[in-house]
Amino acid sequence: MTASTEAAPAIDVRASTATRRKVVDSLFKLFLWVSLGIALGTLLTLLIDLISEGRSRLNFDLIMNMPSARPQRAGIQSAIFGSLWVVGTTAAISIPTGVGAAIYLEEFARKDRWYNRLIELNIQNLASVPSVVYGILGLAFIARGFLSLGFTVMTAALILTLVVLPTVVIASREALRAVPNSLRYGSLALGATEWETVYRQVLPAAVPGIATGTILSTSRALGESAPLLLVGALTFVTFNPDGFDSPYTVLPLAIFRFISEARVEFRPLAAAASVVLLFLLLGMNALAIFVRNRYEKKLR
Amino acid sequence: MVQSAARRVPQVSLRATGATRRRVYVQAIFKAIFGLMAFLTVGVTFLIFLSLLVPALRFFSEVSLGEFFGRTTWAPLFSPPRFGVWPILAGTAWTTAIALLVALPLGLGVAVYLSEYAHRRVRSVVKPFLEILAGIPTVVLGFFGLFLVNPEIVRRFWPVGEVSTFSGLAAGLVVGIMIVPTVASLSEDAMNAVPRGLREGGFALGGTRREVATKVVFPAALSGIVAATVLAGSRAIGETTIVLIVAGSRPTLTWNPGEQMQSMASFIGFAGIGDQPTGSTGYLTIFAVGLVLFVITFLLNIASIRIVRRFREVYE
Amino acid sequence: MKAEDYAPARTEQAPPAIRVEAPGAKSDTEPSDDAEIVFDVVGLSVYYRDFQAVRDITIPVRQKEITALIGPSGCGKSTILRCFNRMNDLIEEARIEGSVNFHGIDIYEEDVDPVELRRRVGMVFQKPNPFPKSIYDNVAFGPRVGGFKVNMDDLVEESLTRAALWDEVKDKLSESALALSGGQQQRLCIARAIATSPDVVLMDEPCSALDPIATLRIEELMQELKEDYTILIVTHNMQQAARVSDRTAFLTVDVNEVGQRTGYLVEFDTTNRIFTSPARPETEAYITGRFG
Repeated sequence: MTASTEAAPAIDVRASTATRRKVVDSLFKLFLWVSLGIALGTLLTLLIDLISEGRSRLNFDLIMNMPSARPQRAGIQSAIFGSLWVVGTTAAISIPTGVGAAIYLEEFARKDRWYNRLIELNIQNLASVPSVVYGILGLAFIARGFLSLGFTVMTAALILTLVVLPTVVIASREALRAVPNSLRYGSLALGATEWETVYRQVLPAAVPGIATGTILSTSRALGESAPLLLVGALTFVTFNPDGFDSPYTVLPLAIFRFISEARVEFRPLAAAASVVLLFLLLGMNALAIFVRNRYEKKLR
Repeated sequence: MVQSAARRVPQVSLRATGATRRRVYVQAIFKAIFGLMAFLTVGVTFLIFLSLLVPALRFFSEVSLGEFFGRTTWAPLFSPPRFGVWPILAGTAWTTAIALLVALPLGLGVAVYLSEYAHRRVRSVVKPFLEILAGIPTVVLGFFGLFLVNPEIVRRFWPVGEVSTFSGLAAGLVVGIMIVPTVASLSEDAMNAVPRGLREGGFALGGTRREVATKVVFPAALSGIVAATVLAGSRAIGETTIVLIVAGSRPTLTWNPGEQMQSMASFIGFAGIGDQPTGSTGYLTIFAVGLVLFVITFLLNIASIRIVRRFREVYE
Repeated sequence: MKAEDYAPARTEQAPPAIRVEAPGAKSDTEPSDDAEIVFDVVGLSVYYRDFQAVRDITIPVRQKEITALIGPSGCGKSTILRCFNRMNDLIEEARIEGSVNFHGIDIYEEDVDPVELRRRVGMVFQKPNPFPKSIYDNVAFGPRVGGFKVNMDDLVEESLTRAALWDEVKDKLSESALALSGGQQQRLCIARAIATSPDVVLMDEPCSALDPIATLRIEELMQELKEDYTILIVTHNMQQAARVSDRTAFLTVDVNEVGQRTGYLVEFDTTNRIFTSPARPETEAYITGRFG
């Protein structure tokens, strides 16, 4: 509505926003980059440090030797076999139980019943309990008390089962939930019972997801240290387990021992053993990812 | 309802036949087995509580609450034993506070970057690294803290007093690193869940990416972020191995995190190694402290679930 | 008034090679009232918690006929259909009143086993849902769980032949069913359903996810299947109902003060009469496209 055109200020949409805003933008972005850098940098520093400190002891002797008071002769064979025994037993107990519980909660339980909701809430809570508390539970009821199994492989396996069970249940439920309902309806409409539908349709379709989840949960059991401190895994064990009632040690606690040693010659051993542990964990994670990618089926 | 009598068909039975009855029976068995497994989980919570409560009560019958909460020396395994809980409470508080101080900026920074700034390709590289970090066993992090963080960082740069081989500060820093993936991935999930429409509205109003991220997305995702923080804090409170290795085993009530200290969780680990005889006061102390630890983390977990639930309704 | 005036317009949906009979030309196959009643629905109402989704439905379904349920969307046709094989049992808040009688037995009685029922009453869904298994295993699934002692190869071949799919898949029975086209998948689902030798096949809008050519093939298939099975079909396409069915039930929806929609039966008669001389004005209005 202005008559004269010279007086009208031009609306300039070229970037002329206040520089202050831009500066803040850049600083913010810098902060984000720094955060990322610190997080990843720390990880890299850790890995490099481990490899450089442990390089001298990263050889087959490490794996073949038994623990010894003499650092030149010390190795982690008993710890590796102990871990195999303990983690293997843990998997054997926790996977069927966890998957079974997940099947019940996803396929059979009526969702509106209060006791089923209680179970769901419980599993969420149990997943966040500090692992050392499971160690206390184990000390009271498994190693001593009711079961009185002593400081043995089975004790460790039962405790670790409790630690990883909530994660197994949660991961398995996710995998079951990912199976589309149209499959269930189709099967039921053909006259199959609910169990037959689960067994013949839902489970086969959910297996890759369940496998991935359980492998990851089991790998967590491999790295656990706190709960086992309370049930004798720190003892100086120079033999491999020969049964479920055998004394034992596990790799994380062998590392703990090396770290606790006053003599500085044990430091490279701690680093090397850590590398071995990380390598095993990496292998398990890679296996989980491989399983997921290879067997993920299209369901629709 | 016209039904011609001549065409009446022989009665069809829809009762469960032998074969079907067997199948239904099989189903009932499996349902019962799996249901039992599910109920087991409730049983475990109950067992934990019981395993802690009974010995803890016995502990408090021998050690007065006055001494527990009134004294400031914690030496339950010595003779004469002292049961003032404050040093280990302080140790827990220090390590947790430092851990959160480290993990929140780092974790949220990473989360905001991944959620609002990063290209798909960058995300696909960074996320696995985060998962690797999340998978590092605590004992390995303990090594890192004791042999690298403490000597190279804390001892070198901490201005207050003389820092020994162990320090609460180094332990806190490393626990912080441990929980960064927790904060980052849960917060990122929360931010991803914010609908695109909100972001687009912010951009359309002329906001820069930073402004949309901090003023639109972050507040919208706040409930999830708070829940992530609470959960991460709960993990820091319960962390045993790192603190045991890096902060030492001398309970110290102090204003200086550069000193050695012991947290509730690391005390439990420490006492557990010592193989206390069943029923001794040292043995019972483990349960008393364990009970306190369990209750604190339990309440925090419930709080985090509640927070998400309440704010989700408001937001929607 | 000639019959043709009421006939719905013929839509040209297919290449001329396939001829579709005009509705009026079905007078030579007028369904007989003597046919035995397979499903006798009396006073059926379905409730979700307190909300009445469907009200007082009474429909006799006769043997070896095609009975169609038509009506505007939301009037509960699929809900009613799912009562016939007790699939509504799977929805926790659903309950019914009235009776659904299958060969004289109320299927909601205490001692009726839904698993037995579903072997005898097959269902084809709106969106084809083949299992992520081989074509062979899809067809064999029902008989296997039902414990049929038969030569499975023969049964699979017969079912696929009856579903007009055998020639297209006979060389790839072990390949995944998901590799088939939409129309083929739906015929596979039909083969799968009839493999358990049901008396009745329920079809819930079986063609709504398919293209017109595939649709016509399935409609032809239905005419063939009619010789051996009783078919009950829900469709929102009334021309389809006019083309294929012997009897038609027209349902519509009643909206109450609170905005809740309850379906009810307006009219049930031979398809001929419904589409040429409907008794109710609502039916006529729907048929001629004045609403719905």
